[in-house]
Amino acid sequence: MTIASRPMATAARELSASAAFIERNFNLSRRYWGWELAFLVYAVAGALSISFIGAAAADKRLIFSLVIGAIFWNYLSTVFSFIAETISWERWEGTLEYTMMAPVRRASQLAGSTTYAILYGLVHTSVILLVLTLFFELDLSHANFVTATVVMFAGSFSVVGIGIMAAILPLLYVERGAQMTFVIQSCLLVVSGVYYPVSVLPGWMQVASAFSPATYILDGVRKGLMEGASVTSVVHDLWPLALMGAILIPTGLWLFGRAEHYAKRTGKLKRVG
Amino acid sequence: MSITLTPEPKSTVRTPVSAHVEAPARIPETRQRPAQPAGPPALLLEHVGKTFTLGRKKKAVAAILDVSLRVERAEIYGVLGANGSGKSTLIRLVSTLLTLDTGRAEVFGHDVERDEMAVKRLINRVSVDAAFFKKLSPYENLAFAARLYGLHAGDARREAVRILARLGISEKRMGSPIEQMSRGMQQKVAIARALLTSPTLLLLDEPTTGLDPRSKLEVQAFVEDLRATHDATILLTTHDMAEADRLCDRIAILDGGRLVAEDTPDGLKARVGRETGLAPTLDNVFMTYTGRSLDEDVETEGPEDDE
Repeated sequence: MTIASRPMATAARELSASAAFIERNFNLSRRYWGWELAFLVYAVAGALSISFIGAAAADKRLIFSLVIGAIFWNYLSTVFSFIAETISWERWEGTLEYTMMAPVRRASQLAGSTTYAILYGLVHTSVILLVLTLFFELDLSHANFVTATVVMFAGSFSVVGIGIMAAILPLLYVERGAQMTFVIQSCLLVVSGVYYPVSVLPGWMQVASAFSPATYILDGVRKGLMEGASVTSVVHDLWPLALMGAILIPTGLWLFGRAEHYAKRTGKLKRVG
Repeated sequence: MSITLTPEPKSTVRTPVSAHVEAPARIPETRQRPAQPAGPPALLLEHVGKTFTLGRKKKAVAAILDVSLRVERAEIYGVLGANGSGKSTLIRLVSTLLTLDTGRAEVFGHDVERDEMAVKRLINRVSVDAAFFKKLSPYENLAFAARLYGLHAGDARREAVRILARLGISEKRMGSPIEQMSRGMQQKVAIARALLTSPTLLLLDEPTTGLDPRSKLEVQAFVEDLRATHDATILLTTHDMAEADRLCDRIAILDGGRLVAEDTPDGLKARVGRETGLAPTLDNVFMTYTGRSLDEDVETEGPEDDE
């Protein structure tokens, strides 16, 4: 092997490792298909229930707003929880030590988990979108799908960053870590204006909403789909998302490394959930 | 311009695991330690220490105290001790799953903390509990592990089939969820997982605990195969004195985290027979150096839930 080819070989090995996590997670979804179906039915039912609130109010704009909230929150929460529970799953199965002692960079592991989370989230969300479209006559004549896609793409990085940070918790707190990630997800739901405008929140919650990427994602997507806003007109949503992504992912990876070192120092990798 | 790198040191070159060689059917009458090779030892521990903080009162408990040992390449080195004596902690320290508080540890000359990734490529481990994604099949679990170590999935499958066949598991069991397998079969799959990556240093942490006598003998024969056919060094912890006697070239005994004795099995037995007048057996060696019988063991090792 030559020095010139060594980085390529390393990159290929790390890519293969990332692919291994994607394949494993796919196999897990396949083996747990009954639960996957149950979760999907629950997500569809939840989205429908929320959207029917708009129907009860006989307000098409409200229906549209709620449908967007239900669909995109489902995507964001799915991606977040998949990444955040990466460590929890391994604790439950008892495989955490084996994964941690494999010669794989943590970034490669998280990249694999993140990629699968996004793919899984897209499939999940597509099903919900299909069902909601069948139930409600959504006026998409003015929708700007490019804007919605750009906002979602930009926002995914910051959600991944928060997910990586949340994944640290099960590393540090053997049993309570997973519970903490659930609380974080719940807090994001409340403050991000998923089903209502942020302006109805108490003042301190509005301050908190400014730190949630979901706030900007949902605002930008709604403007794109409901008002046909162009990409340039949602720059005020895009730059906070870009900034959050640029800060949260490197910070998350760094913190994950520190947390792993702490777990190795204190023996917390040993315990299973 | 490309520059050719120096080849991997000979001491770390691995050969594929062979699953075709017939296992020795009996214990060799004379046991010879492998010739001392040139190059770094397979494992070198110098004054290694590890302390955990337990409970809400943050009580410090030393799991490993000033342990120094040297394991040569191709050696089977046993570590005996009561539950809580530090055996598994020692294995975890070498596995890069714990950081060292004091001292240093090297695997084939690579420092376990500074050259962590290099060490990870040289080692693998089988623990007492066969940890898998239980809904996945043996093949899915093994393919995942193999890919983490840079193996091609197809090669991994062929090798897994060979190793599992040697351990008495047929290929037709490779596709069903592993949760449908017995504890013994799961442990054999765990052994196959470790061997798939052709580790130069194999860490076996009570690999036969909980296995029925037949499975235990199959695993022990396989370990002997490994030594005979594969350039592997094995660090073995066990509570089975007969197993230690059968497999190990040398044995260290840990008590309260300290290394209290180290010698060949025959050397330890002779010493205890000479010094205590007891029958020269490893059971008596264990009781002499740990101050208790195997039946008095209690599980205390490692950090408790400190949340």
